[in-house]
Amino acid sequence: MMRKPVLEFQDVSFSYEGKKPILNRFHLTVYDREFISIIGASGSGKSTLFRLVTGLEKEEHGQIRLNGEQLENRHGETGYMPQRDLLMPWRTVLENAAVPLELAGAGKKEAASRVLPLLKEFGLDGSEYKYPSELSGGMRQRVSFLRSILTGSNILLLDEPFSALDAITRLSMQEWLLAQWEKREKTILFITHDVDEALFLSDRIFVFQDTPVHTLQEVKVPLSRPRTLRDLSDPAVMELKNKLIGQLRGGVEK
Amino acid sequence: MIRKYGPAALVVAFLFGVWELAARLKNLPFIFPPPSGVAVRLWELRETLLLDHLPSTLAIILIGLAISIVLGVALAVWMAVSETAERAFYPLVISSQMIPTIALAPIFIMFFGYGIWSKVIVTVLITFFPITVNTFDGLKSSSKELRELILTMGGTKKDIFLKVQVPSAKPHFYSGLKVAVTLSVIGAAIGEWLGAQAGLGYFSRRMMNQFDGAAVFAPIVLLSVVGIVLFLVVKGLEKRSLNWRNKK
Repeated sequence: MMRKPVLEFQDVSFSYEGKKPILNRFHLTVYDREFISIIGASGSGKSTLFRLVTGLEKEEHGQIRLNGEQLENRHGETGYMPQRDLLMPWRTVLENAAVPLELAGAGKKEAASRVLPLLKEFGLDGSEYKYPSELSGGMRQRVSFLRSILTGSNILLLDEPFSALDAITRLSMQEWLLAQWEKREKTILFITHDVDEALFLSDRIFVFQDTPVHTLQEVKVPLSRPRTLRDLSDPAVMELKNKLIGQLRGGVEK
Repeated sequence: MIRKYGPAALVVAFLFGVWELAARLKNLPFIFPPPSGVAVRLWELRETLLLDHLPSTLAIILIGLAISIVLGVALAVWMAVSETAERAFYPLVISSQMIPTIALAPIFIMFFGYGIWSKVIVTVLITFFPITVNTFDGLKSSSKELRELILTMGGTKKDIFLKVQVPSAKPHFYSGLKVAVTLSVIGAAIGEWLGAQAGLGYFSRRMMNQFDGAAVFAPIVLLSVVGIVLFLVVKGLEKRSLNWRNKK
């Protein structure tokens, strides 16, 4: 069964003003309810890809289609979860999660009535009226993820969301994210520089190597779902991991 | 409480002790009164000071501060939303600080006479700057990433202003206001020295001409109390409005 494409880059070129091009006639297709990881050395243009999808940057050439449509203004079409959680320190958990609802015109009461039941599902009950400074790193990331869900978009862009977490919290957050992804039927694009994380989470992995990027190296993860961490020691996966690490190194050393 | 304020209280007590001793040894109460003498004079003059002169000074301070807050915040907002306004006014606001405002005070007395407004203008001139600059810096200090996040959620410029820039500016605004309230007391007192019919600054200066040292100090004690009370009021407002900062 072929799923419908939700994100398409066609012939897209992009460069920051006065700098060398990052994307050159770039192609990419992501299908509905896929989990895609994007790995690559820092500065390889991964975040730029997200900035283009969210509409913070504009393509110089080519087309970017969201859910089959090419839009003049892509603001408000995707759920973006930035690397630092970017919670507003002056807002409580409830108020932070409600930001996208408020922007869509919901009143305070209405927003709260939609956020409160979700907080419970996200394991944040009892923290509704706490401020971000009172939360642990994992909890803050969950609030940030909830906020991106509440944009109502079917495409979620997660930019290294777990990079600041300790190893144990990170593992449980990965499992939690997979559960949420399946339950909420979203398409996720996930930037990481952790190959294990990419292998554990994704259907497909895209590798950013040299700029300007024309096509991304694409790797299908040969694992069925649901997965456990033990699957990562499967010989085929180990081999894939070594290959990916080799590619990332190659990108850096050149 | 004792741990926190004990050392400061001790230093103050020591300084007053030295002052008292030195003043008694010198024995020139008309120019160098001891603290006890000031306290006695303050008590003797309590009715004139509290009923005639304090209200007049307080009015100058409060009206001046109110005008500064309204104009300062308005200008800060304008400069934050319009780059043209920023380029036009920001250099002026900064360089206006090179003008010795206090030295200009006599001009305002000439322009506006001995009534309240000449003193209000002096107060506005010296309190306007910290409020404007701090509020403006606060509005500008908001995180770029957060502003972009609001954009990706489909927010408008107005959303960014109200939901990101204004809350980011609040702590800066309060810092500016704390500086401004202390300056406002100075502004009002200096304005009154130069020409007034009532007020604590005016009274202090009149007593100087009469060589009544203790009566020069008495209104200054009251002015300090006014400054401290205003500062505490602002601090209280700040704590209430920024209660997220008290959580940890």
